[in-house]
Amino acid sequence: MAKNGRAWRFGDDLNTDIIISGKHKLSITDLDQLSSHAMEAARPEFAARVQKGDYVVGGKNFGCGSSREQAPLVLKHLGVSAVIAKSFARIFYRNALNIGLPAVKCEQADRITEGDILEVDLEKGVIKNVSRGESYAVKPFPAQLRVILSEGGLVNYVKKHGKLPW
Amino acid sequence: MGKTISEKVLSRASGRDAYKGDIVIANVDAAMVHDSMAKLVMDAFSEMGGKRLWDSSKVAAVIDHVAPSANEAMSAVQKNLRMFTLKHGANFFEVGSGVCHQLMVESGLVYPGGLVVGSDSHTCTYGAIGAFATGIGSTEMAAVLLSGKLWFKVPETLKVVVDGELPPMVFPKDVILKIVGAVRADGASYKAIEYFGSTVGAMDVEGRLTLSNMAVEMGAKAGLVEPDAKTAAYLKSLGHKPHAGFKSDGDAEYCGEFRFDAAEIEPQVACPDLVDNVKPISEVEGKDVDQVFIGSCTNGRVSDLRVAAGIMKGKKLKKGVRAIVIPASRAVYLQALREGLTEVFVEAGCAVCNPGCGPCVGGHQGILASGEVCASTSNRNFKARMGSAESQIYLVSPATAAATAITGKLTDPRRLVKEA
Repeated sequence: MAKNGRAWRFGDDLNTDIIISGKHKLSITDLDQLSSHAMEAARPEFAARVQKGDYVVGGKNFGCGSSREQAPLVLKHLGVSAVIAKSFARIFYRNALNIGLPAVKCEQADRITEGDILEVDLEKGVIKNVSRGESYAVKPFPAQLRVILSEGGLVNYVKKHGKLPW
Repeated sequence: MGKTISEKVLSRASGRDAYKGDIVIANVDAAMVHDSMAKLVMDAFSEMGGKRLWDSSKVAAVIDHVAPSANEAMSAVQKNLRMFTLKHGANFFEVGSGVCHQLMVESGLVYPGGLVVGSDSHTCTYGAIGAFATGIGSTEMAAVLLSGKLWFKVPETLKVVVDGELPPMVFPKDVILKIVGAVRADGASYKAIEYFGSTVGAMDVEGRLTLSNMAVEMGAKAGLVEPDAKTAAYLKSLGHKPHAGFKSDGDAEYCGEFRFDAAEIEPQVACPDLVDNVKPISEVEGKDVDQVFIGSCTNGRVSDLRVAAGIMKGKKLKKGVRAIVIPASRAVYLQALREGLTEVFVEAGCAVCNPGCGPCVGGHQGILASGEVCASTSNRNFKARMGSAESQIYLVSPATAAATAITGKLTDPRRLVKEA
């Protein structure tokens, strides 16, 4: 199923301290409250304005820095339906898929600009940029993570199957 | 075909002949959880139906990110982590013990050839003694606590060679900043790094820990140094039994190589807001600083404190500048006391705090106000990391940090030593 949403454009090397700062992560455990600080240092308006179904778009090395799973968690909690980037930092990538937030690798992510309406079809592996009339191919997920993502994350996988996937 | 250290460790831990690109399911030798991620780990463990740890002797929980706790939310997390760990009989490091990475090495939970995961990205620090160690998220950590297993993609390895003798007042931190500046923030993404060369060979294990600590700042999964006689002597000094670990084979395959001449490295500075924005001190000297932080898993060891105290001895902090000194562990703290280093810091006017992460990750003990500038021996200078989004962090060596605390401006430490 393709989903429509608006693109929030960020740059290269967007780190996890920007996604959710340590000062908040180390003083707020309530996810509602924590999420209200997402992307604060880069886009203070982000958390209040992002709509369910929107997309976060980055350049290269998205999510570099710490291993904090709070980073993909706050984005998912705010209703972001996927993060699209040219490349991802390793830990963020695994974390996102492990909590059921698609982290989508797309070579042409830089073609996407702020506010573009995107239609992402993960089954077909295509991002349609409705605003620009373009389509981009998506890199497939590694098999190990595809299984986890399809169940909505690792915890849900274990709940459903009664065991770990490995 | 020859193997890298990563290929050897992951082959051993998975029981198969593994090479780069292979996906393996491997048995973990140690797992570390800290307070920063503890709530998510414990929640996921319980949601997955976790009743007991796969092997409590191989699990460590550390309270270090905000230690002692600075707020009620963190106090609750730490209370639950304390109860969880004691209930399951795992290794527990209480408030005041130190930074998780220093403790994992000191405690002997990490050893050459071991496979280690931690809920912190700087888990790669343990590569300095030849362990394949990497940071993972909290959900995967919960799965490891349940099963002792995790899937790994065997990484390619980037060779980083540093040869020659380091000039006076140039330290392992300057070397790793120089390397990060050249390899860049994603230059080793999904790869392992192996550090080679006569400079690394001559470096003590504490210096190698600084090199390995910052491998993740290049995107690396691990940052390894071949275990040698220095490694063995270091482990022996800590009272641990010897582990040979693995060396890479002469015909192991590398995906790339970076070479550096130690003699040409001058003190380095990673400028805001990215760790790979590295410049020689000569280009940024004179920048006014409000706070200096000496400590962290990068540079909070006794060799670091010795260098900083050597520069501060008999001097006072510049008026208007505060300096926070935090030993990386209780053992480091005690050693600093015995050697009189603590006295030097206190007499100079520094705030010497209990072992832990300190202000590095913005939890407490030195949060920056808008417009403030910090010279820090830690490993990240990201926007808003230590406080206000309008503050700035410059990453430096302990020598540069100490010199900067005395002058109040980013200062080449060679200047103060010359004057002395």
